[in-house]
Amino acid sequence: MPHLTNWAFAAVVVVLLGLATLVGWALGRQPQWGLNPAAIEAFNRRVRSWWIICTLLAIALLSKTITVVLFGLISFATLREFITLTPTRLSDHRALFWVFFFFLPLQYVLVAQNAYGAFAVMIPVFACVFIPARIAIAGDPKRFLERVAKIQVGLLICVYSLSYAPALLYLEAPGLTYSANARLLFLLVLLSLLSEAVQFAWSRLYGRHVIAPAINQTRTWEGFLGSSATIALVGAALHQVGATPFATLWQAAVASLLVAVMGFAGAMTLSAVKRDRRVQDYGALVEGQPGVLDRADALCFAAPVFYHVARWFLS
Amino acid sequence: MSAALTLTDWILTGLARFMSGPQVRWIDCQPDTCQRVYFANHTSHIDLVLVRTALPPACREVTRPVAAHDYWSKGLIRPHLARAFNAMLIDRKSVKVHQSPIDLMLHEMGDRFSVIIFPEGGRSDGQRVGEFKSGLYYLGKKRPDIELVPVHLHNMHRVLPRDEYLPIPLLATVSFGAPIWLEQDESKNDFLARARQAVLKLAPGEDE
Repeated sequence: MPHLTNWAFAAVVVVLLGLATLVGWALGRQPQWGLNPAAIEAFNRRVRSWWIICTLLAIALLSKTITVVLFGLISFATLREFITLTPTRLSDHRALFWVFFFFLPLQYVLVAQNAYGAFAVMIPVFACVFIPARIAIAGDPKRFLERVAKIQVGLLICVYSLSYAPALLYLEAPGLTYSANARLLFLLVLLSLLSEAVQFAWSRLYGRHVIAPAINQTRTWEGFLGSSATIALVGAALHQVGATPFATLWQAAVASLLVAVMGFAGAMTLSAVKRDRRVQDYGALVEGQPGVLDRADALCFAAPVFYHVARWFLS
Repeated sequence: MSAALTLTDWILTGLARFMSGPQVRWIDCQPDTCQRVYFANHTSHIDLVLVRTALPPACREVTRPVAAHDYWSKGLIRPHLARAFNAMLIDRKSVKVHQSPIDLMLHEMGDRFSVIIFPEGGRSDGQRVGEFKSGLYYLGKKRPDIELVPVHLHNMHRVLPRDEYLPIPLLATVSFGAPIWLEQDESKNDFLARARQAVLKLAPGEDE
């Protein structure tokens, strides 16, 4: 009864989100606890964005195409934020035009065509050769290597990596139905959101050793290890209730663990970029409004790893 | 306005938003439908559309961009665009006695419309803001009751640099600053320098 499982899964998500909303609301009404109002506001904003993500995803999963388009738009928004922050020169204009209006749409078209052999190599091989050549032809040698690297990294993180998330819907394996594919994607998104929240909680409760204060002051070893272990357990528990398509408990646990670890890696990497550019968030150059990339950073790193591990486990 | 004009307005406004995801800041200034002259730095073709989109609908209704008559009345597309944006086409060439471009502009403005102008004249390369032309000074002198509002456009030169015709999507910022007026006995050069500084002051963080 795959249909029933989907509904149960959705119900669990709604209950969890409802709980998070209630907690945020209750925290805001307890000033005597001496919690930082800014932190509560940040938490509430995060919960709101989770509602949006989960609703969008639930709608999108009605059809593969809508999901691919949705992730294509997310890629577009994140790449736009990424390139805004990285100081390219005016001579990179044409190369950037190709990146935004050729490689980005092409990648998602290939995903939607289920052309695994093509979408897995299109950006790492073809785009990464094309970009430096196009910039060289533009004839501006100043900081050449740096500019090429910035555009390549932006394309790899914001487009290539993220496109693996909708590609999960096209993953073919014996006994894999569409609803199992959809659950695989939902699992990835859910676990990466959850690992952020759990990491926040662990850091708050037991965080002592900040990993890299110059990069991110809220990420601690305790939070990282605690959340990784918790997410592995959550993955295992979800497997027990039949919400994952994996064959064994171990596979579900390892795949979930990897989502948590890669999510952490993504958040740290993109934090490093932000600190280098001396901004707080990707969304705005000035105000403290988080952008799409601030929310999608974990997913960007987790998606390709999760995809390939799932592909290997399920084959 | 006819349906075709409204549609053109929507499409271009939507396109500008999609390309530049503009963030709008009002610094020591609030949106108001009172008569104003918005003066902005000019770095790309879509600056004008962007300033318009940044204004709330009620203000947009009474705000008209000022454009050169000789350029915008040629061909088929340009006059259509000018009408879609409710542009005020000013003839720069026909300077007669008592009929300078500024007088024409003030006449068109009446006691209702605000205008958007780019006092640098042409588009600058976006790296820095050029010297201002004197039109702003005469506007301030002839109509001291109008608020002169500085506007800074950030990152637009990267969205659509000069000499390029295809825009790329990047996040831009539109900042509105506190209105200025022409002070008593203020010389033209002093005023124009002060107006330019007012625009520069709104730049969010410095580019390298």
